[in-house]
Amino acid sequence: MAAANITVSETPLVLYTLRRADDALILGHRLSEWCGHAPMLEEDMALANMGLDLLGQARELYSYAAKVEGGRNDEDKFAYLRDVRQYRNLLLLEQPNGDFARTTVRQFFYAAFADLYWRAMMRSSDPTLSAIAAKSEKESAYHVRHSSEWLIRLGDGTEESHRRAQAAIDELWAFTGEMFSVDDSERGLIDAGIAIDPAPLRPQWLNTISSVVSEATLALPDNDWMQQGGRSGRHSEHLGHLLSELQSIQRSFPGATW
Amino acid sequence: MVTAVLSDADLRWRAWEAASQVVDPEIPVLTIADLGVLRDVQVRDGRVEVAITPTYSGCPAMNMIELEIELALERAGIARPTIRTVLSPPWTTDWMSEDGRNKLRAYGIAPPQASSSRRALFGEQQVACPQCGSGDTELLSEFGSTSCKALWRCKACREPFDYFKCH
Repeated sequence: MAAANITVSETPLVLYTLRRADDALILGHRLSEWCGHAPMLEEDMALANMGLDLLGQARELYSYAAKVEGGRNDEDKFAYLRDVRQYRNLLLLEQPNGDFARTTVRQFFYAAFADLYWRAMMRSSDPTLSAIAAKSEKESAYHVRHSSEWLIRLGDGTEESHRRAQAAIDELWAFTGEMFSVDDSERGLIDAGIAIDPAPLRPQWLNTISSVVSEATLALPDNDWMQQGGRSGRHSEHLGHLLSELQSIQRSFPGATW
Repeated sequence: MVTAVLSDADLRWRAWEAASQVVDPEIPVLTIADLGVLRDVQVRDGRVEVAITPTYSGCPAMNMIELEIELALERAGIARPTIRTVLSPPWTTDWMSEDGRNKLRAYGIAPPQASSSRRALFGEQQVACPQCGSGDTELLSEFGSTSCKALWRCKACREPFDYFKCH
């Protein structure tokens, strides 16, 4: 018999923490899909390394969410026993790897954001969140540098790499707005000094993005229409496929350990 | 049991001695004390509590290190210690001992440079080759065989080498 979904009591702090944990897990899982398939050995190791950083961040955040929730769930239950509608990650991060340019652009958009976000979160009045942020920002600094260097190499590379990098930017751009959106549940935590308001980070993010994109001889789209939904559990069809792979063992053999 | 006859201070000392001998499973020339992963040993009501901190969030060696600490303490006659993972303050390569840096170099891994400019997006780094000492080296990949290392190559002796990333 397949394992059933857990129920989660989504208080604002639990929801806030789960959103960040889901971001890290889903992007980490996407990067792990490159393992053994990257264009070269060094890149295979780099993508797996970054995936590992994200997995570590996810574990810390899930464990904290479990503690705040009162201990009825744990990191594994959050990861393995929630269905698509219960996941709260950004739509950007569940988008398929596509070609290497697409993975690079997705990584770049998110890492440049996460780096600013974690640095801001170091000032959270919640000591656990601020400790996780201080740990994570050191890692995100490497992720930004790595993806920036690749984007420049791809954009300013061959005709084909340029074309693919530009196509990736055009395709993923509409998912970047969600990073800076805030709902009522988060607003209260922001006012209390626990959560971080992402909106004021956007100018600096855009600055980093623009300078790298222009050095890469690429361009950002004019279109500012943004897609949203991940934060409230409305996902693209891709997340279900991702979860079916991520969760298959626990769903088929509930409680399996090794 | 040994713990019954030792004072808290002696017990703490014995536990630190034992725990500090545990080596990193991925870089076995370094102890967790050299690395700065071992943060603290406390005795509370006769029970030993060891605090460790991960180098990177996802460092897969942490579970192994916990187990090794338990075994090392067990061998020193200290049963069932509590092992706690602390995140704050976050681990930094600045905590690595001088002894640890020398051991790394002798092992063929370039030690982390003290407070280098991690934030400089495309900052130039100068890393000396641990084999021949030449400064004529180049970065091959930001990410190496483990989370904490990058891959470099020496242009003088042509040997590739691991660099323990500044963090």
